[in-house]
Amino acid sequence: MVRFRITIALAIIWFATWTAMPLVAAASDENAGAEESFFSKLPIETHGFYEVRGGYRLQEDKYEKDMSIMEGRFQFDLFSYFDWGDVKVKGDLLGDMVTEEGDFDLREANIFTRPTDFMDVKVGRQILTWGTGDLIFINDLFPKDWQSFFIGRDTEYLKAPSDAAKVSLFGDWANLDIAYTPRFDPDRYISGQRISYWNSNLDRIAGQDAIVHTDKPDEWFRDSEIAARLYKNIDNYELAFYGYRGYWKSPSGQNVAMTRAIFPDLNVYGASLRGSVGKGIGNAEIGYYESADDTSGRNPLINNSEMRYLIGYTREIAKDFTMGLQYYIEQMLDYGPYKRNLPSGPARDMDRHLTTLRLTRLLMNQNLRISLFTYYSPTDKDVYMRPNVNYKVSDNMAVEVGSNIFFGDYPNTFFGQFRDNTNIYASLRYSF
Amino acid sequence: MKSVRKIAFVLGFSLPLFAAEKPGSTEQAPNVQTIVNKANIVAYYQGEDGKANVKMTITSKQGQKREREFNILRKDVTNGGDQNYFVYFQKPPDVRKMAYMVHKHADPAKDDDRWLYLPALSLVKRIAAGDKRTSFVGSDFLYEDVSGRSLEEDTHELIETTDQMFVVKNVPKQPDTVEFNYYNVSIDRKTYVPMKMEFYDKDDKLYRVIESKKVEKIQDFYTVVQSVVSNLKTGGKTEMEFGDVKYNIGLDDSMFTERYLQRPPREAMRWFASGLQ
Repeated sequence: MVRFRITIALAIIWFATWTAMPLVAAASDENAGAEESFFSKLPIETHGFYEVRGGYRLQEDKYEKDMSIMEGRFQFDLFSYFDWGDVKVKGDLLGDMVTEEGDFDLREANIFTRPTDFMDVKVGRQILTWGTGDLIFINDLFPKDWQSFFIGRDTEYLKAPSDAAKVSLFGDWANLDIAYTPRFDPDRYISGQRISYWNSNLDRIAGQDAIVHTDKPDEWFRDSEIAARLYKNIDNYELAFYGYRGYWKSPSGQNVAMTRAIFPDLNVYGASLRGSVGKGIGNAEIGYYESADDTSGRNPLINNSEMRYLIGYTREIAKDFTMGLQYYIEQMLDYGPYKRNLPSGPARDMDRHLTTLRLTRLLMNQNLRISLFTYYSPTDKDVYMRPNVNYKVSDNMAVEVGSNIFFGDYPNTFFGQFRDNTNIYASLRYSF
Repeated sequence: MKSVRKIAFVLGFSLPLFAAEKPGSTEQAPNVQTIVNKANIVAYYQGEDGKANVKMTITSKQGQKREREFNILRKDVTNGGDQNYFVYFQKPPDVRKMAYMVHKHADPAKDDDRWLYLPALSLVKRIAAGDKRTSFVGSDFLYEDVSGRSLEEDTHELIETTDQMFVVKNVPKQPDTVEFNYYNVSIDRKTYVPMKMEFYDKDDKLYRVIESKKVEKIQDFYTVVQSVVSNLKTGGKTEMEFGDVKYNIGLDDSMFTERYLQRPPREAMRWFASGLQ
C-alpha cells in the first residue's frame, strides 16, 4: 500500500515536471518583462531548474536494475541578503523511478555573515570544497556522493552537503579556514542499492542482494569532524596546509562480527601548491592518512594508514580546447602487517597508481561542450571514462548525453568492480 | 556546471572601452605613440578603479539571441600597467553567481592570472592562460578586446587625421599569433575614445568591426556605454551595454582575493542589485 502511494506520488512529480517545463518556458518567453519586474520587487532572489534525466546499463547486471537513472528533478534556489548577512536555501525535489521514491534533498540552508573585516562565518547546511585535485580528493574530506557521480547525475551532485559551521579568518600573514561538523557527515557511498560492487566477505560482486549496512558514528558533538586549512598566496602561487580529524568518509572497515561496515577514526595532515607553470597551471598535493583505530596496520578489518600524492597540469592545447593531466598515488604504510593478517581473498597492491586525462572542447560559440574525463590505473589495470556532450539550446535550456564506462582486468579493483554498471544517460534541463 | 565550464575556458575579463579622459586642447597632431598611449589609458585605465553593470546581447546570423549579464569591479595596480578585476555573473541562470578574478599583467611576456569560482561546487579553480583571441563568454568579443591588447604587440602608424579622428593602423609584430593582418583604430581627437576598430584578414579584407555607439561623460570621464562588435564572416554580432558606471569608488588592492571572488563585498552587492532594477 505504501509502495503504491509512493508510486502515485512519483508519477505526479514526474508528470508535473514534464508538463511544467514547457509551460514555464512559454511563460518566461511571453511575459519576461512582467515576471522580472514582479520578482525584482521581492526581497528574495528565486532561481532553480527543472530537469529530466534517464539512463540505462549497457549490459546486464545480475544484481541491479537495467535502468541506471530515471528521474525528474526540481531545484529551487532562494537567496536574500540583509545588512547583517545573507540567507540561502537550495533544495531538490526528486521523483526517482529507479528507487520508486519521491525524495527531498536539501542541498543548502545557511546563513553567511562578515562580522569583522577579518572574519567570514557560514553556518548551516553547505557545500564545502578545498584542495587542488580535479575529481581526485586528498585533503578535501567533505562528503562526496559517489553514487550520483557513477549513475550520471550532474557533476554538481558529486559534492554532498555538510551540516557545519565554517569560520574563515583573513590576515596579512596567512588565512585560516576552520570547518566544524558537529555530527559526522559520511559520503553517500556505494551501498549496492544502485551500483553493484565487490563484496570481500562474499568474495564476489554483489548489489541489491547484499546492501552494505553500516555502523555510523552519529552522536551530535561527540562524533564530530573538524577540518582546517591554512593558506597563503605568494606571488600567485597558492600554498596551503591542511588538517582533518574525523572518520574515513566511506566504509573502510568492518565490525568484529563482520556484519556491518564501519567508519574508523581518521586524521589527515597535508599540503598543496598551485600556480602557473609555463603556459598552464600546475598543482601538487600530498596527504598523510593516519588510520587512528589501527595505527599498527595489524587489524585486517580496518584500513591501513596511507600516504597520498598528486601532481597535475592543465593547459589550453588549442583555441577552446583544454587538456588536464594528473598522476596520483595511494601508498599503504603498513602493508606487511596487512598482508600477514589478511583472512582470505585477493590482497590489494601496496601502491595504487592512478592517472587522469581531461579533454574539453568548446564549439559553436561555446554553446556545445564535448568533454572526456578518463581515470586509468596502471596498477589496478582498470579504467573509468566519463564522456559527455552538452549543448545549450538557449540561455535557459540545455540537453546533455553522456556515459559512465568502467572496465578492468579484476573484479575487486577500485573501478574494475563497477564494470557491470557501465551506463549511458541523457538529460534535458530548463534553468530559470 | 554545464555552461559553467563553457565559460570556464573563456578566461578573464577586464573593462572594455571603459572611459575617456577630459578633452584635451590639441593644436597639432601629436605623435602616434602619444595617441595610442592616451587612447589606451582612456579605454582601459580611467580613474583609480571603477564598477559597471554589463548587459551583453549576442545575436547569431539566424537572429537567435543569447544574453549575458554581469557586474565588474576593476582596480588599477599602476596606471597603464597591471590591473585586477572581478566579473560576477548574474545571467543566464545556469552561470548565476559564477565569478572570475583576473590579475592582468601588462608585460606581454607574463600571462594573466585567472581564477574561476563555481558556486554549485563551492570550488575555486585556477584557469590556465589561454589564447587571448578566444571568444569571451561565447560572444563576438574576444578576450583581448575586453582586456586590452598590449601596445607592445603591434607597430603603430598614424595613417589619417580628419576633423574628428586620428586613424591609427596597427600591425602585429608576430603575425602568426593572431588571425588578423592589421587593424585600424579611429580615435576621437577631442576625447581620445577609440570610436571604431576595423580588423582586416590575411587577404586584406575587412571582416570584423567594433564600434562605440554611445559615449557619455561620467564623473568627468568620457565613457563608452554602448559598443557593438560585428563579425562580417559569421554574420554574428554582440552588443554590450554598460549601466551604473562609477569611478574612484575606493576599492582596496587587498580585495582581489579568493575571499571576495566567492562573495562580493557587501557594498558591491548593493550596487549590483540597484543596477539590475
